[in-house]
Amino acid sequence: MESTVKKITAKYGSDPSQIIAMLQDLQSAKRYLPEEDLRELAEALAIPLTRVYRIATFFKAFSLEPKGEHIINVCMGTACHVRGAERILNELERQLGISRGETTADQKFSLETVNCLGACALGPVVVVDQEYHGDMTPGQVDKLMENYR
Amino acid sequence: MKRIQSAQELEAYRQECLAVRDPQRTVITICAGTGCLAHGCSNVVDAIRQELEKQGLDQVEVKATGCHGFCEQGPLVVVHPQGVFYHKVKVEDVPDIIARTVQKGEVIESLLYALPTTKEKISLEKDVPFYKLQKRIIFGSNGLIDPTSIDDYLAIGGYQALAKALTGMSPDAVLEEVKKSGLRGRGGGGFPTGRKWESTRNVDSEVKYVICNADEGDPGAYMDRSLLEGNPHAVIEGMLLGAYAVGATDGYVYVRHEYPLAVTNLTMAIDAAREMGLLGENILGSSFSFDIKISRGGGAFVCGESSALIASIEGQVGEPRAKHIHMAESGLWGKPTVLNNVETWANVPVIIDKGAEWYRSIGTEGSPGTKIFSLVGKVNNTGLVEVPMGITLREIIFDIGGGIPGGRKFKAVQTGGPSGGCIPEEHLDLQVDFDELGKVGSMMGSGGMIVMDDRTCMVDVAKYFLNFLKGESCGKCTTCREGILRMYEILDKITRGEGELSDLDLLEKLAVVVQEGSMCGLGKTAPNPVLSTLRYFRDEYLAHINDKKCPAGVCKELIHFEIDPDACTGCHKCARVCPVGAAHGEKKEPHEIDQDKCIKCGMCYDACKFDAVKII
Ligand SMILES: Cc1cc2nc3c(=O)[nH]c(=O)nc-3n(C[C@H](O)[C@H](O)[C@H](O)COP(=O)(O)O)c2cc1C
Ligand code: SF4
Ligand code: SF4
Ligand code: SF4
Ligand code: FES
Ligand code: FES
Repeated sequence: MESTVKKITAKYGSDPSQIIAMLQDLQSAKRYLPEEDLRELAEALAIPLTRVYRIATFFKAFSLEPKGEHIINVCMGTACHVRGAERILNELERQLGISRGETTADQKFSLETVNCLGACALGPVVVVDQEYHGDMTPGQVDKLMENYR
Repeated sequence: MKRIQSAQELEAYRQECLAVRDPQRTVITICAGTGCLAHGCSNVVDAIRQELEKQGLDQVEVKATGCHGFCEQGPLVVVHPQGVFYHKVKVEDVPDIIARTVQKGEVIESLLYALPTTKEKISLEKDVPFYKLQKRIIFGSNGLIDPTSIDDYLAIGGYQALAKALTGMSPDAVLEEVKKSGLRGRGGGGFPTGRKWESTRNVDSEVKYVICNADEGDPGAYMDRSLLEGNPHAVIEGMLLGAYAVGATDGYVYVRHEYPLAVTNLTMAIDAAREMGLLGENILGSSFSFDIKISRGGGAFVCGESSALIASIEGQVGEPRAKHIHMAESGLWGKPTVLNNVETWANVPVIIDKGAEWYRSIGTEGSPGTKIFSLVGKVNNTGLVEVPMGITLREIIFDIGGGIPGGRKFKAVQTGGPSGGCIPEEHLDLQVDFDELGKVGSMMGSGGMIVMDDRTCMVDVAKYFLNFLKGESCGKCTTCREGILRMYEILDKITRGEGELSDLDLLEKLAVVVQEGSMCGLGKTAPNPVLSTLRYFRDEYLAHINDKKCPAGVCKELIHFEIDPDACTGCHKCARVCPVGAAHGEKKEPHEIDQDKCIKCGMCYDACKFDAVKII
């Protein structure tokens, strides 16, 4: 079977200037950037592996670690911050027993933060697996998590 | 779809689009922007379609539009031609809307929006004060069109400005018009757009680029997202006009990683425009050729900066470069390049269509036109508002925004994002434009307007921005990388009650170093949130330092929760919500909080209906 990396490089005509788009596709296909795929990509594009890694570590869209089954994203933008985003994040951290940026040991949840999702009028906003939940309060965290446990 | 070969053909096709859009027919528009999607509008759209079928009304058109701006009240439904406006619509409401409003023209009282102050109900969209007090020359179209339909855009006069330019105006005439309009960049700096174009126009080169900056990094602003999602053709038309004026052949739209719907809608719009011959070779039968590609960002605030953005499109790490080489001469791939913000581009078709003179009649002498603000935070009517430049902060926050929720006291409004500042009550009558905001130590920025009340701690806000910036600094300049970190550490210390008076001097000294020693705008403006809060809210810093108190009740280390036994009814609610069993007591008896157990989550405070929980 054709590898994911082969499919992606073919889509962009192996043009190294399209590397960010390729890494984005790889990230969405595998939910992180596995080392062997990055090696294969560097080889396919005939560029140094260090360049691939520099880009993969510079941009926040990329992760070098596997992510949990459900991704919880808490908006920490200004609009959400002044309406208490920090308190919601703290409650999620407490319930999941992990800190921001971490994944639970059972690989079920990753807890991430983002600097604005462009839904500021609904703040504080929490997004679980692309689904938006607005006007959150720490008290609602429990109910929200129930849907995914 | 066949390619359109001339302005006449475009006009004929527009008439066809209009012919099937009788203004008297019934159309139900429902906002399907990100905010309303979050409120569950897709189920409402489905329900409307099903109900129309059930009631045998297949002639009624349903239009899913982009953001109308009033996101907090979503899902929004408007029944045309009357313009009946319903807010917070649920699936259960749909059968009634179809049977009564669509079939019989009745208005359903319970779905109407009521003024927060007088509780007066408003039936028609045009009478809602939130909209009525705005001037929506750019953003207003969002509510009228399906962003995935180029025909809808044509029906409201879309690509008319392009046809006008290609048939009757030389590139220089287009440039002149934009220069005369006085349009200034909406992405932050407010640089005159016409002058920027002229520098690129004057460079001789076979290949030139125009770029649309849709990186929208200011956390708390989302007008660029809403424009791109809700009216992508307006941005495309603006770029076409800019490309024609400067002689560019190719365009890029650099879209933020977090905005997948914007990418989807823009991709669809570009494909439709290309199919119709509005992008590509020999547009409308002229000698002008131009096409647009999309480049997705990787999630880094600094990539909104021009040279970092270009590096990122080229497939490199998004680090800013020194500005001794001008983009007008050597930008993307070393070619002359014009970079403008989404909203700037969306202004261009309006200027060409209606003329510079008309445009200048709106706004102020130094800042003509309108600006879209993201009015968010502690304000009743949150959402996107488009207002003429020169309007006062008070009008925006109190007349359009409906004031502060819960009858609390206004404290400050933050504008300009991480580069901006906090403006206190004494400046509420300031007439908002590029120059006036600068005079009070803030800036326009991309148009974020975050309202803060007496429960917002200004030291915490300053710390918040530095925390954001320390995470976003690319690390190239020591002053930015280390200076912001040091300033953050000092603020963190102050919010923990460990600050000293001398820290304030140190902050001010560091601010100068960071401003002067950093290469790009991120570092140069990073101290602004600290400086503006120090300028206007020094008392709050002093309370943290001298009294070890957070007057707003935000900084965790300096507050604790207590129950007022006289106010407590013993309803036991706090004990039920407390996640750690700190709030406790017998039913019908005054409750107490065990301070050793309490994690200061504030849930008891939120839950108590009798204001018995106090933040001390
Ligand atoms: C750190 C930094 C971030 C920026 N982010 C954005 C952004 O997200 N969107 C934007 O339009 N301009 C942003 N800018 C401003 C751009 O560099 C540039 O001035 C602007 O896109 C020019 O367009 P305009 O003249 O139409 O405003 C940023 C600047 C800096 C220094
Ligand atoms: S000022 Fe900061 S963000 Fe800008 S180039 Fe220097 S280190 Fe990077
Ligand atoms: S919720 Fe309020 S009134 Fe009820 S027991 Fe707790 S403090 Fe008392
Ligand atoms: S602040 Fe939180 S932990 Fe403390 S008593 Fe109230 S609910 Fe319990
Ligand atoms: S600040 Fe949270 S969505 Fe914008
Ligand atoms: S998303 Fe519906 S009004 Fe903004």
